[in-house]
Amino acid sequence: MSQPIIISASPHVHSDRTSKKLMYDVVIALIPAFLVSLYVFGIGAFIVTAVAVISCLLFEYLIQKFLLKTEVTIGDGSALITGILLAFNLPSGLPIWMIIVGSLVAIGIAKLSFGGLGFNIFNPALVGRVFLLVSFPVQMTMWPTAVVNNTSIADAVTGATPLGLIKEGLMFGDTMTNISADLPSNIDLFIGLTGGSIGEISALALLLGGIYLIVRKVITWHIPVTMLVTMAVMTGIFWLINPEQYASPLIHILSGGALLGAFFMATDLVTSPMTKKGMLIFAIGIAVITVVIRLFGAYPEGVSFAILIMNAFVPLINTYFKPRRFGSKIKSKIV
Amino acid sequence: MTDSVLYSVFLLASLGIVAAVVLYVVSKKFYVYENPLIADVDEILPGANCAGCGSPGCKSFAERLVNTEDISDLFCPVGGNDIMKEVAAILGKEVVERDPTVAVLRCQGSCEVRPKTTEYQGPRTCAISAMVYSGETDCQYGCLGDGDCVKVCKFDAMYMDEATGLPVIITDNCTSCGACVEECPRDIIEMRPRNKRDLKVFVGCLNEDKGGIAKKSCSVACIGCSKCEDICPKDAVVMVNNLAYIDPVLCTLCRKCVDVCPTHSIIETNFPPKKVKKEVEKKVEVKVAVVKEQIVAESKKSKTDA
Amino acid sequence: MLKTFPKGGIHPPENKITSSKGIKRMTVPKVVNVPIAQHIGIPAEIVVDKKDKVEIGQVIAKSGGFVSSNIHAPVAGVVTKLDMIIDTSGYKKQCIVIRTDAKDEANFEEKEYPLKKNIELEPKEILKRISEYGIVGLGGATFPSHVKLNVREDKKIDCLIINGVECEPYLTADHRLMLEKAEEIVVGIKILMFALKIDKAVIGIENNKKDAINLFKNSVKNEVGIEVAALKVKYPQGGEKQLVRSILKREVPKNGLPLDVGVIVHNVGTIFAIYEAIQHNKPLIERVVTVTGKNLENPSNFWVKIGTPIKDLIAEVGGLPEGTRKLVNGGPMMGKAIKNTDVPVTKGTSGILVISEDEASRGEAKNCIRCGECVFVCPMGLEPHLLMNLSEKGLYEKASNEDIMTCIECGSCSYVCPSHRPLLDYIRFGKSIVKKLETSKN
Ligand code: SF4
Ligand code: SF4
Repeated sequence: MSQPIIISASPHVHSDRTSKKLMYDVVIALIPAFLVSLYVFGIGAFIVTAVAVISCLLFEYLIQKFLLKTEVTIGDGSALITGILLAFNLPSGLPIWMIIVGSLVAIGIAKLSFGGLGFNIFNPALVGRVFLLVSFPVQMTMWPTAVVNNTSIADAVTGATPLGLIKEGLMFGDTMTNISADLPSNIDLFIGLTGGSIGEISALALLLGGIYLIVRKVITWHIPVTMLVTMAVMTGIFWLINPEQYASPLIHILSGGALLGAFFMATDLVTSPMTKKGMLIFAIGIAVITVVIRLFGAYPEGVSFAILIMNAFVPLINTYFKPRRFGSKIKSKIV
Repeated sequence: MTDSVLYSVFLLASLGIVAAVVLYVVSKKFYVYENPLIADVDEILPGANCAGCGSPGCKSFAERLVNTEDISDLFCPVGGNDIMKEVAAILGKEVVERDPTVAVLRCQGSCEVRPKTTEYQGPRTCAISAMVYSGETDCQYGCLGDGDCVKVCKFDAMYMDEATGLPVIITDNCTSCGACVEECPRDIIEMRPRNKRDLKVFVGCLNEDKGGIAKKSCSVACIGCSKCEDICPKDAVVMVNNLAYIDPVLCTLCRKCVDVCPTHSIIETNFPPKKVKKEVEKKVEVKVAVVKEQIVAESKKSKTDA
Repeated sequence: MLKTFPKGGIHPPENKITSSKGIKRMTVPKVVNVPIAQHIGIPAEIVVDKKDKVEIGQVIAKSGGFVSSNIHAPVAGVVTKLDMIIDTSGYKKQCIVIRTDAKDEANFEEKEYPLKKNIELEPKEILKRISEYGIVGLGGATFPSHVKLNVREDKKIDCLIINGVECEPYLTADHRLMLEKAEEIVVGIKILMFALKIDKAVIGIENNKKDAINLFKNSVKNEVGIEVAALKVKYPQGGEKQLVRSILKREVPKNGLPLDVGVIVHNVGTIFAIYEAIQHNKPLIERVVTVTGKNLENPSNFWVKIGTPIKDLIAEVGGLPEGTRKLVNGGPMMGKAIKNTDVPVTKGTSGILVISEDEASRGEAKNCIRCGECVFVCPMGLEPHLLMNLSEKGLYEKASNEDIMTCIECGSCSYVCPSHRPLLDYIRFGKSIVKKLETSKN
């Protein structure tokens, strides 16, 4: 034998899943949504995504190499995902320097200052996004209208998002029937021919990606399904009470960041609970906060805030919702 | 406008008063009497919290010193006799003086002399790899090389030597707190008396295997030939389980045994170089010198640092 | 619906390459090294001396206490020395070295006993003989069987479970034994049922061994009280607690034993050894060992004398292939990596697994990404990532409160972790410290 025998403790075989593979599966799952955004927003979407990804990777590299002087881990795919998700939560046509600032916040503050991958409490991409939203509210809500097949950068024509339209309309005392005339049809919402952040527009593409993740066992159904069902039920109740004041559950789920949040942001492995029970609680929490913000808050959209708020509760959820220990309660009697 | 200012001032002030009252009451209610002597003793102790005395920290050792009648078997190895005397003066109790000690490494199994026969994959701590098996070499008594001792040393008195794969003790920094002795799963580190020039003679091996097997797994292993036992004029060498041990109390540091050991597993430190040096003897020296030189160099370095 | 346990478990590739290979009798080795610590508990005490002549089956080391077991000479020959030899623990342990007498015919007899059905001994005698004949759990844990069978008066046992699950990948020793010795095993079950006055027994077999299930279903057709349960293929189905839960829906309490819910579990191999001991007066001196590995020329199952050096076994299957990096005593999930091929086969050796470079290396440990995978697969409902963290930081008290002691060391958590964290390494370490702390407290 040329090389010495290896000794290690059992088990001696390991599954071939690696965290890297998980990360790249997420990237694959995001591709459909990215294609739709290219189709709808043209080159603008591409530029935003590229800038976000490159700057996230670059910041991770620079900070780890020169500031923290630790091992550089840009190869593990997590910074790549942060970049993509950050971009997906931004309007296309956002000034490039803002994207870079967002990436810096996401990687530098939300991720590395907590200790890097696995130690961050908040979803980095969302922190970046919310930081930008709070600092530059005007630019962050300047949604370019859909410029189907337009290869030039869209002029910053502000077309509102469906949720924005509803919120504004209702604030001025309009009724839903009037507002819905301005809204894109449900089919358009489903396919993605509407305004909004780069990644959130097409329900169809997001569903495809989400199903891919579930099939590949990267995520389980618990968070997305619970979150969407709870949202549907809550908005449904209000809608049944007064359909003139509240939008239908379908609109709520298809528009805004609900699907992107449910499948890609809330399920982020690091910042979601680790038990099935905990996941259910977590998802219900997100749904409730989202609906409350959407219906009663000042912002038309609340998924990002809801996820961040619930992220903060994850350590608590993990401590209180433990898996049931085997043998902790004897159910069956001795016959 | 002024109203709101007044309100806030008033509100904050009353909040402050309430909090102050609560704090006062709580501190009175939960006040625990503590013997003032404890604080005094704690003041004197080195404050390293190394647990070398057997108590979890200096404070709790101080409590023990104050509360026990007979403190003759309590000792702070870091502070040494001087500190213990001071403590005794405060408490009016008797302490027993102890000889200063220093940690020594009883293994010379560097990568060169002790070939690796297997490769370990897993967490790099001695405690865990010792649980899994006997180590990467064929010697199941020697150093595992994962440096648990270095990790527990609070006084920067140890470091891992990359070249040999063994820890090195910086004698000047060693406070003989015993943390490393406690930590080592192989019990390789021993506390031996420290004298003025830090002269030591000890067997640098713990291998209990029979000669041939021991020698095969490590070329500087003690093979249990008893030559040192035979030559020792003071009967300081004892042979147990194929292994020589030099009793530090009986040993007069005459170094006769060092020369007769066929595998050079007896280590001498800090002796001035011998005057006559024949070719043969040089070779003998070289191997032993590996360890020796490091210790010397290190102590010199730390001296200049200090 | 196949029976199974509710939470956790994994499904590693089965790789049962030797399941169609009949059990061959291994050539009698020239020397055997019999360790005196082959079972859990107190090592046996040597009762022979250098140069003694020993008969096959003669006691060479006597049980050192209650939780201990006799050790018998696996071959007739001469004791050449009492030596320290590295065993499966990775440390040198006391061994009795016997040189086989090449002239003694008892060594080479192909003993195929005829099936003997009627039980002649009284219950008391049966239990006594099990203890005297050195029978220990052959599933891998090597717990002395007589201790398991020594049921206190106040405990009522109503079911005997026979563990024929063999959920470890690669291993096929029990599978082959079940196929070839089904009738004998049924008699063995009846012996135990008679001795312990139990009138129900269930044989649990994983559903990937359909031939064994059918065979047993057939042979217990006319027996009263013996059933066969087909179980879902899921690791660790063969864990005692999991097995009891799967078959009877009874949950063994946290720090309890199957005994606490009225069950005794025995491995099929043990049952066969008991059969041979009671019906044919044969002590435990050999066992079935699967010698397997993807690159081996001729992997197979063997009847092997206890104490046979592993290198003899490896020679039998065509030698170590090029690029071998790991040798495992037992299965890949719970077996122990061994240091060299001089290590002897012991009562607990259910298989020898030869692993090559690509499978042998562990991935580099990365940060925990908190994916919760380890929590999902833990059959005991523990949180391995947390336990590892606690024992790494030395918070043993906390780890003990998080039930670290109930871990069955199945390795599912380390198997799935996408970050290759050495979860079980640290948990095992934590367990050893907690155990020490607990004993020092009492
Ligand atoms: S913690 Fe223990 S019982 Fe749970 S999966 Fe890991 S090894 Fe198995
Ligand atoms: S499986 Fe590994 S990465 Fe996932 S939670 Fe457990 S320890 Fe962490």
